[in-house]
Amino acid sequence: MRNLIILFLIFIIPTKAFGLIEVDITRGNLNPLPIAVSPLSIDDESKKSFEKTLKKKDIGSEISKVIEKNLKISGLFNPLDKNAFLQAPDIAHLKPRFEDWNLIKAQALITGKVKNVDDKLRVEFRLWDVLAGKEMMALAFTTVPNNWRRVGHIITDKVYERLTGEKGYFDTRIIYVAEEGPKTKRIKKLAIMDQDGANNKFLTLGNELVLTPRFNPTSQMVTYLSYFRNLPRVYLLDIETGIQEVVGDFPGMTFAPRFSPDGKKIIMSFAKDGNSDIYTMDLENRIVEKITNHPSIDTSPSYSPDGKFICFNSDRSGYQQIYVMKSDGSNVKRISFGNGLYGTPVWSPRGDLIAFTKLHKGKFYIGVMRTDGSGERLLTENFYQEAPSWSPNGRVLIFYRETKTNDKGEGFSAKLWSIDLTGYNERLVDTPTDASDPSWSSLLSN
Amino acid sequence: MKKLVIRNIDQGALMKLNKILKNTFLVLFACLVLSACATSKKSTGQMQGDVYTGTDTVEYLASGVPDRVFFATNESVLTTASRETLRKQAAWLRKNSDITIVLEGHADERGTREYNLALGERRANAAKDYLMTYGISSNRISVLSYGKERPVDSGSNPLAWSKNRRSVTVKAN
Repeated sequence: MRNLIILFLIFIIPTKAFGLIEVDITRGNLNPLPIAVSPLSIDDESKKSFEKTLKKKDIGSEISKVIEKNLKISGLFNPLDKNAFLQAPDIAHLKPRFEDWNLIKAQALITGKVKNVDDKLRVEFRLWDVLAGKEMMALAFTTVPNNWRRVGHIITDKVYERLTGEKGYFDTRIIYVAEEGPKTKRIKKLAIMDQDGANNKFLTLGNELVLTPRFNPTSQMVTYLSYFRNLPRVYLLDIETGIQEVVGDFPGMTFAPRFSPDGKKIIMSFAKDGNSDIYTMDLENRIVEKITNHPSIDTSPSYSPDGKFICFNSDRSGYQQIYVMKSDGSNVKRISFGNGLYGTPVWSPRGDLIAFTKLHKGKFYIGVMRTDGSGERLLTENFYQEAPSWSPNGRVLIFYRETKTNDKGEGFSAKLWSIDLTGYNERLVDTPTDASDPSWSSLLSN
Repeated sequence: MKKLVIRNIDQGALMKLNKILKNTFLVLFACLVLSACATSKKSTGQMQGDVYTGTDTVEYLASGVPDRVFFATNESVLTTASRETLRKQAAWLRKNSDITIVLEGHADERGTREYNLALGERRANAAKDYLMTYGISSNRISVLSYGKERPVDSGSNPLAWSKNRRSVTVKAN
């Protein structure tokens, strides 16, 4: 995938518009910014050739739909209805008539142009500040035509970054467990899709139970738990080649795997004789280290982004709580002290927060707390939900939710949901089947 | 004339309504009695504390040898009944010395997936330790945790959860 990465051709330095428009990212979706995404214009010849290769009638407007959906899902933008647009896309891209866009209350405008250059897809776009009547940025990419959705995601990332001051998270993928069948005999497969639900692909056939896939933050590797031959073990999977291998040689169940932030180690639990402890394995020299040594259950480990600390889940106090320790296993400190049980701690990519699952009085919550346990904030409450995973910019959490069955045990479903760090913008993430255990990739391109 | 007819119809309808109401009350009353029975069965007949004591889901390794034991929420302590079941299993295993077993540990759906995998392993090991103290060699026993992945009852209620918190002894050969 990386070798397909888009070449930047032109790089016009953003003209200084000194932030006349600015998205207030601390307020969630209370006041999303009205933005107009003009369909990207395309000449007839390019249109015909891409229609043949990509089976899309108008690839320009398809790309703009990708951008529009991304902006809407973020909750920070309100893409305006195209039917209200007065100016033709090709002319708007050259020089917008700002009065027209002002009239429909657009504060920002995206225009663009698509062209077939030697059977490659060349896309340029501009972001305009409608109120100031100025261009804010302009970029162009050339790539293989099949990458057209990624072009839409990269454009969204650029626009998001320019308007919010934070990195985007749109050119990313989600790996998760696709589920089918009755609750008592659930069939589970690894699946991967773009962050917006497109390009869904199953990676295993469902012959064995698979759980908890997680991305390597630096490559296209995945670690997960498989019950292959009824031996639950942590596996490593290269999603480009499909090659997989068992991680380490443990005489028992290994589970709850995650990568270290540099992608060189896997941290996981190993259960033996009724006791689970945390171990790491170096993927280069295969050296295994025992990190915790306690007769309680120690599991769900997650590194801080600098790799210096590990948060994890332990019942050493009698019940599941969250602990933080140095990455060598020293200085273990309990950080969760609220009412209820705490599980699945995950360190934010920004480093300042830990997301978790909480069980209190029969309800499950997804929440965040500072890394010393202070400032606990519950974002959402439900019958059952767990396993938050951060977007690479530390802005959005994706998790899964299961429904309560009726008295006959019917009506079970598992779905992916996302929520903004502010607690706003809770959304169902569309998947072709039931789904659980989501993990968000890093940005595919930067 | 017209009026009279209408009154007649009304009276007929009223009588019917009365009958319906009476019947409904009878049915309602019967329902109440039945559900009272059902709930009392739930609390006393099938669970003690929150440990399942019923036999709905239990299978038998041999005549009089139940295949599973049940646990309280978040616990891996063996109850008196569980120890009795495991002693029966141990006696049967001593008589059939060629048999090897897998102890499958399970949790209910009210916990995080990863913690429940560890909890299932802990429960199966509690059963294993007890069998070992009754003379069953550890190399005849392997342990497999399913966490909350393989419930026997798909219900979302305390009784269903109590059936799912279990360690099941399965013949491996």
